[in-house]
Amino acid sequence: MQHSEAADIFNKDVERTTWHDETLWWVRQKRDKVAFQIPEWELLRETASQIKNNVLSNLHDYLVSFEEQAIRNGVKVHWAADAAEHNQIVLSILRENNINSLSKSKSMLTEECHMNEFLSHNGIDVIDTDLGERIVQLRQEPPSHIVMPAIHLKKEDVSDTFHEHLNTEKGNNAPQYLTEVARHHLREKFLERKLALTGVNFAVAETGEFVVCTNEGNADMGAHLADVHIACMGFEKIIPKREHLGVFLRLLARSATGQPITTYSSHFRKPCEGQQMHIVIVDNGRSTQLGRKDFRNSLKCIRCAACMNTCPVYRRSGGHSYHNAVAGPIGSILAPNLDMTKFADLPFASTLCGSCSNVCPVKIDIHDQLYKWRQVLVQSGHAPTVKKLGMKAMNFTFSHPAAYQLGGSVGRKIMKALPFLVNNGMNPWFKNREMPEPPSESFRDWYKKNRKK
Amino acid sequence: MKVGLFIPCYIDQFYPQVGVATLELLEKLGCEVGFPLNQTCCGQPMANSGFEHLAGSCSQLFIDNFSEFDYIVSPSGSCTLHVKEHVGIHPKGGIYELTEFINDVLKIDKLDARFPHKVGLHQSCHGQRGLKLSQMSELNAPGFSKPEKLLRMVDGLDLVTLDRKDECCGFGGTFCVTEEAVSVRMGIDRVRDHVKNGTEVLTGGDTSCLMHLEGIIRREKLPLKVMHIAEILNFSN
Repeated sequence: MQHSEAADIFNKDVERTTWHDETLWWVRQKRDKVAFQIPEWELLRETASQIKNNVLSNLHDYLVSFEEQAIRNGVKVHWAADAAEHNQIVLSILRENNINSLSKSKSMLTEECHMNEFLSHNGIDVIDTDLGERIVQLRQEPPSHIVMPAIHLKKEDVSDTFHEHLNTEKGNNAPQYLTEVARHHLREKFLERKLALTGVNFAVAETGEFVVCTNEGNADMGAHLADVHIACMGFEKIIPKREHLGVFLRLLARSATGQPITTYSSHFRKPCEGQQMHIVIVDNGRSTQLGRKDFRNSLKCIRCAACMNTCPVYRRSGGHSYHNAVAGPIGSILAPNLDMTKFADLPFASTLCGSCSNVCPVKIDIHDQLYKWRQVLVQSGHAPTVKKLGMKAMNFTFSHPAAYQLGGSVGRKIMKALPFLVNNGMNPWFKNREMPEPPSESFRDWYKKNRKK
Repeated sequence: MKVGLFIPCYIDQFYPQVGVATLELLEKLGCEVGFPLNQTCCGQPMANSGFEHLAGSCSQLFIDNFSEFDYIVSPSGSCTLHVKEHVGIHPKGGIYELTEFINDVLKIDKLDARFPHKVGLHQSCHGQRGLKLSQMSELNAPGFSKPEKLLRMVDGLDLVTLDRKDECCGFGGTFCVTEEAVSVRMGIDRVRDHVKNGTEVLTGGDTSCLMHLEGIIRREKLPLKVMHIAEILNFSN
């Protein structure tokens, strides 16, 4: 389903749309409040942007250095060219260790690779341990937001879901009660799982260590209790030096949720005695994006979701309407790289207002890339024929002053005489808006009478 | 100083009073203004829809019409931004949106206008974030606003403070019909912010945004009047 259709359905529930908009706007306001407490905020953004530019220009060297250091630390490093290879690597590690269940903390990469479905088809039981992810997993839904996966749900929805799956009291919506039940439920899983999978927020090239940020401590709980820890990362997660964490950790949580820092920013460097640690480094289209000059800097993204929270379209259409693991403005410039046909609608799901680029902590020119994707998609043949014909006609009219002036004058006369021709159900403008009232003369007519002698 | 007046197509056809107010205002402020009669459109509707490659002939027509002027001035942030970024014309003095031109080139500090009403300013995104006509709420940077500065020179005008001072109205060019549901919802939310905070006259620098908001206001039969900022700055009685 295209974004506009899904958004149309989303908007049928007016009250819920209001609630969704206000909830995310509140997060944007929290971000403003905490970000503006830092006088050097804009300098921090610029610094992070430059560090990431450097990373993208020297990615090969940093990845090789990261791998060398990680191997030296006793970590097993795997390389995956695409989603299928990534999923296969994870499965093979499970099989080698005779393990058929795992706990997983938040990883958008595994969502991108559709790993959960793949593993469950292969008889592996995956438990998402991030509370929001667990809620959507129980409902068999994808996350609607990369930082707050269940932000589209109200506490009543969570209560119903928990009643169905975790036997909570029907109608008890108290957040404290519901989280307590979830905590006990997840605690059991942590204790029994022998393999934990986590994402990676930052991978440090000079040390081979990686940092995982969570608010719930679920990545730590999983990784410390399991015999095998697999960390999966897109190859753009590299930063050159440990000291650069001082820039990124200050930006990440402030941009994401308006917190000064995530509750847990956990550094993993080497396996504990008797434990295995694996890192899977994934390409899955990233090399292609790196080769697209206009779009490469989308790979600077640190997945804070500030662009989603500020996006007036995202707030009023919900994450699922983007039909991609990463929704919102950033998802709309990443997705077409993976599949232009499937995601041709996304760069058009924006007014190009530019708020996304302004909140981006690594200064990705998101709205300019949306504009550029539109050009690429149309030129690659992904525009509907009707639109193509319409645009050609429009360009003809605007390129020929006589045609434009005649068309305008005739058009206005028709609108005046036969308003039903435009004021009808075929005109999407008219569905919820009045058409402008056509004046009897254009500005040009007035000008000729009053100025040009 | 020869100023070429660029009146976007939809203003020419549907809102001639905005063109008249812009022209009168510029003349009142001492400019020699010309309106090339063969101008049509800047080509933005095609470009924003992904058809920039088709718009070459349209751009050429624009260049032919405006090449004799020192400045190009337009009562639209969005069209001005498009001309600046995509049309490929570089007049000696530059290309300006109306309030930007009055602030930065004419540098006036008083205005002979009176408008005793509660006015709410809608910041159009292309004017604000594209042309940087005012500070953007996302940035940790000192505030300023070129349109607001001019509105504050108008005698009797009471400027309303909004809850969300620079949220997009949802017009977005062809977005307003291809994403009809979200577009309308965004417009309704903007209008409600103005109603809640006591706006009597909703104004802005982009007639496209105003056309969309006015369409909603008229459909919902709300007691709000919509006027382009040029009409207010040119208003006196």
